[in-house]
Amino acid sequence: MGRIGECFTVLRKRGERALIPFVTAGDPDLETTESLVRAMLEAGADAIELGVPFSDPIGEGPTIQRASERALRGGVSLRRVLELLKRLRTDTERPLILMGYANPFLAMGERNFADAAAEVGADGVICPDLPPEEGEAFYAALSERGVDGVLLASPTTTDARLARLAERTRGFLYYVSLTGVTGAREALAGDVEARVRQVRAISDVPVCVGFGVSTPEHARAIGRYADGVVVGSAIVDRIAAAASPGEAVDAVSAFVAALKAPLRP
Amino acid sequence: MKAGPDARGRFGEYGGRYVPEVLIAALDELASAYAKFRKSDEFRKALPAYLRNYAGRPTPITLAERVSQDLGGARVYLKREDLAHTGAHKINNVLGQALLARFMGKRRVIAETGAGQHGVATATACALFGLECEVYMGEVDVERQALNVFRMELLGARVRPVASGSRTLKDAINETLRDWATNVRTTYYCIGSVMGPHPYPMIVRDFQRVIGVEARRQILAAEKRLPDVLVACVGGGSNAMGLFHPFLGDASVRMVGVEAGGEGLRSGRHGATLAAGVPGILHGQRTIVLSDDDGQIFEAHSISAGLDYPAVGPEHAHLHDLGRVEYTIATDEEALDAFQYLSRMEGIIPALESAHAIAHVRKLAPSLPRDAIVLVNLSGRGDKDAPQVREILRARAARKH
Repeated sequence: MGRIGECFTVLRKRGERALIPFVTAGDPDLETTESLVRAMLEAGADAIELGVPFSDPIGEGPTIQRASERALRGGVSLRRVLELLKRLRTDTERPLILMGYANPFLAMGERNFADAAAEVGADGVICPDLPPEEGEAFYAALSERGVDGVLLASPTTTDARLARLAERTRGFLYYVSLTGVTGAREALAGDVEARVRQVRAISDVPVCVGFGVSTPEHARAIGRYADGVVVGSAIVDRIAAAASPGEAVDAVSAFVAALKAPLRP
Repeated sequence: MKAGPDARGRFGEYGGRYVPEVLIAALDELASAYAKFRKSDEFRKALPAYLRNYAGRPTPITLAERVSQDLGGARVYLKREDLAHTGAHKINNVLGQALLARFMGKRRVIAETGAGQHGVATATACALFGLECEVYMGEVDVERQALNVFRMELLGARVRPVASGSRTLKDAINETLRDWATNVRTTYYCIGSVMGPHPYPMIVRDFQRVIGVEARRQILAAEKRLPDVLVACVGGGSNAMGLFHPFLGDASVRMVGVEAGGEGLRSGRHGATLAAGVPGILHGQRTIVLSDDDGQIFEAHSISAGLDYPAVGPEHAHLHDLGRVEYTIATDEEALDAFQYLSRMEGIIPALESAHAIAHVRKLAPSLPRDAIVLVNLSGRGDKDAPQVREILRARAARKH
């Protein structure tokens, strides 16, 4: 079992839920990202989702689009994100998960990318525009190297497909709470709990909920039925609003601690 | 040749569905609705009637006599898509898709547009069928193409400027996909070319095939034989696919797709995807894309906004691999010359997109025997480009003096 699997096993035993914060690597620069990740781990993050910037991120709302643009303007590439992950790996045993779009991963080559991801110590990869049907070779290459290919499910996913996704995902199933793109929202979508329980009924795979999760209250509500929450845009918004890297680290650190509190038993 | 795509939506190694999970069910719904639609009276009777009585089909083929004489080689025929309603081939596709949207019970239609031609066509079809219409357009294009923005608004559509990325066509497509992901249950995405996730490249091709079906019948009537060469410009590639597809089984017919050479391949400022691209994934499809070593997509460049796209429809990528269709380029400069050339020689002002095809015919025809027949798709008329060309020519005249 990889670090992701171990993480959920331990948390389940403690009756605790995972907090997985997301940041775009290189927003506003790689040094700040490194400080942010360390600070989030310190503040109680159970795993980190590290965004690989892409020129055309069709699943993202304005917040993460702009973060991606800032990172690309700063010259961030997939190779440099992998180097960053390698540095982070030296002082944490918690899961580090790459999130990125298919083209940069596949431009490196399926096997080369899987080799590189395993070599730097990535625990999982989330690729929102690579459904399992199109990504068979990609997910197989990751799996052979012990890297979890985390699949997504959504409110429009049919019941039959949901069962297939639950079976084929590795690490956890990422349930997208709403129809739409990433971005902080005032209220949570309605029918998330029923779908998560549906997965529960057929599979042991941990289920984490993301998209629109923006407040400790949201985290608390989801924590009642899911194994974890992913929080992205609400964190990236705080980074963008900060006047300096130091201020960003402080703001994000406090926010992560507040998000994690209601997820503890 | 098999029509394709295969059951997985692939043309050879291209095509497929590289989309967020939320859109998978919508693409399944679209594919199954389209299969039913093909058997319905809406498709069999209503669509041909709208094409005839509303869009003005069939469009004629015209023998370009002075051009043929001047080039001193093949006889050059023009397929006159410029005469279709809204001034280009785009109407064929949107009438089909708007009927399909209505067939599916979707009341809201969204579309992307670059220069505004597909946006205007979509707004037109939505006005005709009483559908709500929103068109995404990059901020840069909104500014450059103010007249088309007004036309869309006049037709009752709402134009949504897109401020992300390069603020042009590729970002407009991204934003339309995001809207679709958000409003997927109520909304139909009317895509503008033979691109995007399966089944779109097939659907748009099927609706554009009318160009080639008519042209084949017309040239056989006029010349009693098939043409030797077909020529069409390629951005996403819908007008070219529409012309080429019904001839793919005719081994004697050569086909040439002309991409935007922009300021030349060496300048890096072009839209010549098949000449300079690599396999990659963009806008839900695996195809040939213009991207750097890191997999970031380049901005394309062309004097014509309709060819300004850093990818190409997946079926073109496949036909390129097979060698069934040849692909070449015409530069901005050559297109600009051809724009003026056809205007003066035949009294037809071509769209700058179509002028790329004409530019290639000027190189090709003189090398062919006098009894050869070249059929070129005049995919749209150039009225929309007149202000831009006037600016360019004025600036040049001023520099000379």
